[in-house]
Amino acid sequence: MKEVTTASFEQDVLNADKPVLVDFWAAWCGPCRAVSPILEQIDGETEKLDVVKVNVDQEPDLAMRYNITSIPAMKVFQNGEVVKELIGARPKPAIEQELAAFL
Amino acid sequence: MHDVIIIGSGPAGYTAAIYAARANLKPIVLASSVEMGGDLMTTTEVENFPGFPEGIQGPDLMFAMQQQAERFGADVRMQDATELELDGEVKRVHVGDEVLETRALIFATGSAYRKLGVEGEERLSGHGVSWCATCDGFFFKQKQLIVVGGGDSAMEEANFLTKFADKVTIVHRSEHFRASEVMLERSRANEKIDFIMNAVVEEIVGTESNGTEQVSSVTLRDTTSGHTWSMPIDGVFVAIGSDPRTHLVHGKLDLTTEGTIAVDGRSSRTSVEGVFAAGDVIDPTYRQAVTAAGSGTVAALDAEHYLAAHAVPALVTSPEEAAL
Repeated sequence: MKEVTTASFEQDVLNADKPVLVDFWAAWCGPCRAVSPILEQIDGETEKLDVVKVNVDQEPDLAMRYNITSIPAMKVFQNGEVVKELIGARPKPAIEQELAAFL
Repeated sequence: MHDVIIIGSGPAGYTAAIYAARANLKPIVLASSVEMGGDLMTTTEVENFPGFPEGIQGPDLMFAMQQQAERFGADVRMQDATELELDGEVKRVHVGDEVLETRALIFATGSAYRKLGVEGEERLSGHGVSWCATCDGFFFKQKQLIVVGGGDSAMEEANFLTKFADKVTIVHRSEHFRASEVMLERSRANEKIDFIMNAVVEEIVGTESNGTEQVSSVTLRDTTSGHTWSMPIDGVFVAIGSDPRTHLVHGKLDLTTEGTIAVDGRSSRTSVEGVFAAGDVIDPTYRQAVTAAGSGTVAALDAEHYLAAHAVPALVTSPEEAAL
């Protein structure tokens, strides 16, 4: 899963030509570590959706810009806009169900 | 056909796995895909687990338990049981589309955080309402927070949150605390922590900022006078305890009036033969990492005795004997 920074966010996420799921995470967040391998799998299984991650520790500006107050926070961006949001870890089938429109 | 499947991976599940694995029962542990390690995965320092005089981080403790179980041959799978068939000698555990068969089942699913059940809680969850201080405290630097609850976990969360927040107010519905004296004292001694007692949260209110709604205040009600007032706040951390996680066994195992799984005396035997339960899911009272671990031991030993007394049906009669 690609790591996105404040510098690359515009190019990798906002100007992407397909929907991008951004996983806001941190190393000290247990549920984030649990959900990360699931997102990795989803990333590998679909061409329609890109999955990237943002480390909120290293990119506090991005976390603030998108009002992150709870992680893991997974936001789907399409044409530069947040079109879907999932907060909190959950099993793979539940995530896939939430993301059905993008898979 | 497996001998033992253990559902759950907190101290009860992993300790049961250590014992069952050492008894050569080759247990499968369904550890959950997102909550493996259980509640301790979201705690920081654990100071009361014997054997760690300097304390140990919750996730480190759980990872060590997992490794200890795996060392003796436990098969730990980061998967979720989705349905159980408990009738008959062979129990069936559904894991999505896969069905696992087992002679004995140990149910150690622990408990799930309780919600306040007030207006605004669901809607603002993840937008200022949180159940995990270690996950979300970071986002409340120099903010004002409340922690709702009066137990050890409320005290621990409040103390942890003062690393980030300017002020943390513990809101508790009575003036009696379930928290241990040492935890309560630590909160009282913390300059950043205030208490509001005999008060409950009636509503969590949000306002629009930057395109999303964020928590901006709570409505509190004094439980003695009935007086209500609004308190401006940036975040609400809920720590009002938890309920046994029994949805997989509703209608299949007997429950107690407290909602925990009913077991026979001090054993782990449930109302269905071959099904054992351990940890917080059977314990409405103590609910400690170390009592859960002890309970997991009981379940593994009970399962071992059960398996010894009930030989595998297919192996009871050899083909030659069957022909007689």
